Amino acid sequence: MEAMDAALGGGLAHGCLHEIYAAEVGDGAAAAGFTLAAAMGMCGGGMDGARPLLWLRSRRAVGALGVFQGAGWAELGGAPDGGLVGVVGDTMGLLRAAVDGLRCAALGAVVVESWGTMRELDLTASRRFALAAEQSGVPLLLLRVDAAPSPSAARTRWQVSAAPSCALPQAGPGDAPGAPCFDVTLLRQRSGPSGQSWRLEWDREKCQFRDGQFREALSGAVVPVPLDRPAGDRAGKRHAA
Amino acid sequence: MIEQENGTLHDAPLAMVAKVRGALRLGAVNGAARDRGMAVGMALADARAVLPDLIVAEMDEQADAHWLMRLARRCGAWSPHVMVTPPDGLVMESTGVDHLFGGEAGLAAQVEDAMADIGMTTRVAMAATSEAAQALVRYGVHNGQGPVDDEGGAIRALPIAALGLEDEAALALSRAGLKTVGDVAGRSMAAIAARFGGEAVTALRRLLGEEQAPIAPIIRPRPLRFERRFPEPIGLQSSIAACFLDLMHQAAGEMAQRDLGGRRFALTLFRSDGARHRLMIETGLPTRDPALVLRLFDERIAALADPLDPGFGYDRITLLVPLAEPLLASQSALDGEEKQEAALAELIDRLSTRLGPDALRRLVPQDSHMPEQAQYAVAAIHHAPIPWPAPAQGEPPLRPLFLFDPPQQVDVIAEVPDGPPHRFRWRGTLYEVSRFEGPERIAAQWWRRKEGEIPGMGGLTRDYYRVEDRHGRRYWIFRHGLYEEKPDPHWYMHGLFA
Repeated sequence: MEAMDAALGGGLAHGCLHEIYAAEVGDGAAAAGFTLAAAMGMCGGGMDGARPLLWLRSRRAVGALGVFQGAGWAELGGAPDGGLVGVVGDTMGLLRAAVDGLRCAALGAVVVESWGTMRELDLTASRRFALAAEQSGVPLLLLRVDAAPSPSAARTRWQVSAAPSCALPQAGPGDAPGAPCFDVTLLRQRSGPSGQSWRLEWDREKCQFRDGQFREALSGAVVPVPLDRPAGDRAGKRHAA
Repeated sequence: MIEQENGTLHDAPLAMVAKVRGALRLGAVNGAARDRGMAVGMALADARAVLPDLIVAEMDEQADAHWLMRLARRCGAWSPHVMVTPPDGLVMESTGVDHLFGGEAGLAAQVEDAMADIGMTTRVAMAATSEAAQALVRYGVHNGQGPVDDEGGAIRALPIAALGLEDEAALALSRAGLKTVGDVAGRSMAAIAARFGGEAVTALRRLLGEEQAPIAPIIRPRPLRFERRFPEPIGLQSSIAACFLDLMHQAAGEMAQRDLGGRRFALTLFRSDGARHRLMIETGLPTRDPALVLRLFDERIAALADPLDPGFGYDRITLLVPLAEPLLASQSALDGEEKQEAALAELIDRLSTRLGPDALRRLVPQDSHMPEQAQYAVAAIHHAPIPWPAPAQGEPPLRPLFLFDPPQQVDVIAEVPDGPPHRFRWRGTLYEVSRFEGPERIAAQWWRRKEGEIPGMGGLTRDYYRVEDRHGRRYWIFRHGLYEEKPDPHWYMHGLFA
């Protein structure tokens, strides 16, 4: 999306630390989806030659959000075979594994999914991350749920919450949920403007975000689906499975 | 010379058959079958006509070869030089070893006893050359009962088939009135060479012990085990690390010679008071890089629950490579692709060593329609990646990014009993459904259940709904059971979409 890229000075920068905060605890899955989408873009998309993604999770994250699914990742347009998922019980082990991952230049991105305020994740630890990322050029996306922003060496800090998706008309009553949508706010950016908000929709085929606001306005103009006609009448209409 | 025999069917006529020139023929027969007229090479149809109660099994040449190789390894107990002569022979070089077992007769008796213990019937012969011994065992009149007194005479009495010539040459020899090896040996060698070729002369000379053919013994690879002993125990970490590097360099040299790379390394530290510390590491790709292996051992030592205590020092350190795989020296490509792969493999090794092999996983698709069984999370260090199928074009995500294991129960209010959820309560919070899609009906695996093919016994069907609440959070919930299957089915939260 151009407006967001312009505000960031050309997209999310490689080789540094980005923090992504879930607005509420219930937005954890949405924040994880946004993080995964951003990480896929940084790994080289779903194309051939994409670099592997290291996704590190804390035990608490597994309990709260559930087991990470390759099928769901593929549904977002990614290549789960190139991914490594690590579950680490203790916080120090998680942070150490993340630093090790950051030092490996073969990776496309490292994601750390953390729940709750982590005492060990202080300014020193985040500086260490930033240094390791700078040396190898591998970005670190630090996903934080159920935590308040604290001082860090991050290049950007985001707040993500789920947004109503662009409804897809379907046969039968009601609308079907569409492609994932996110409300993101750029809370802070080192040496750049901050405070803007966007409504983003993930475009799986192009492997990039597009403006969700615009699409919502468009989809509102769609003629409602008649109930009395057979389902096959309208092209592009969704059927109840 | 060994003939395999099935112990449980010892007295019943048994034959192994193989397809030869388009017909099933007997490839091997046991003693009971041979006594009743069966012979190797008979067509199975003829054999059945003669002996209707013949038990027949298919011949498995590969298994036979494998078994023969195992027997050959066992024969290493008697002689360092053991040669396999397929399909059923073993040749042992007994020069210089027979006195250890009480002479030639003692050695032959020991071999026969040991083979009888594992259910093999054997025929053993001793001769000056390996060809002569094989001929005696296969064609000799004494039927392989150890060494013979008059070896030259016994060989000369063998039929000409023992020469191992082509069928035509053997036929020509017998037509010329030459029935035994001795008859042929009595003729001039030049005449035989002129008529039957040089091979006949060579075979004859080898049978008579006038010429030696080299035997090609099976080679058992030396285990990759390296050791250092110290007259004074060492305890300093730096000395231990130096010793380990030294061992590893030696191992790397040995493995490089054999084109091998280690997948598993075991380091054992023997303390002077008798205590032993054993450390084991594994790598995802075969390697012989000492620095890399040392780093992994450092990780392993750092991850130990109780740190290594050298006490009064170690007086012996051994390095064993129990698992090695082929690793050829490779030329690096210009784009540095291998370098990246190696860096990734090293990261996987390091994290797996520190956190345990199950901490770091790869996601592998499984061919199952049950959502919770559609993926395996396998240890990254042991498995290579498998590509995932691409999702359907133009659809929103139909499978969630996270799945609860087990699913969590929710209270659902639906407008009609078997309709979509209208609002639901999960983890103490009420959610209003604004959008939904479904049901996607997923049947239980009735074929896995006992009597599952009977209607009503196959397990409960699930109706999945993709729902979105007012805030735009997307969930995957299902009703466990249709209303005709269960009076009051429960609802469960199974996953979260992005």
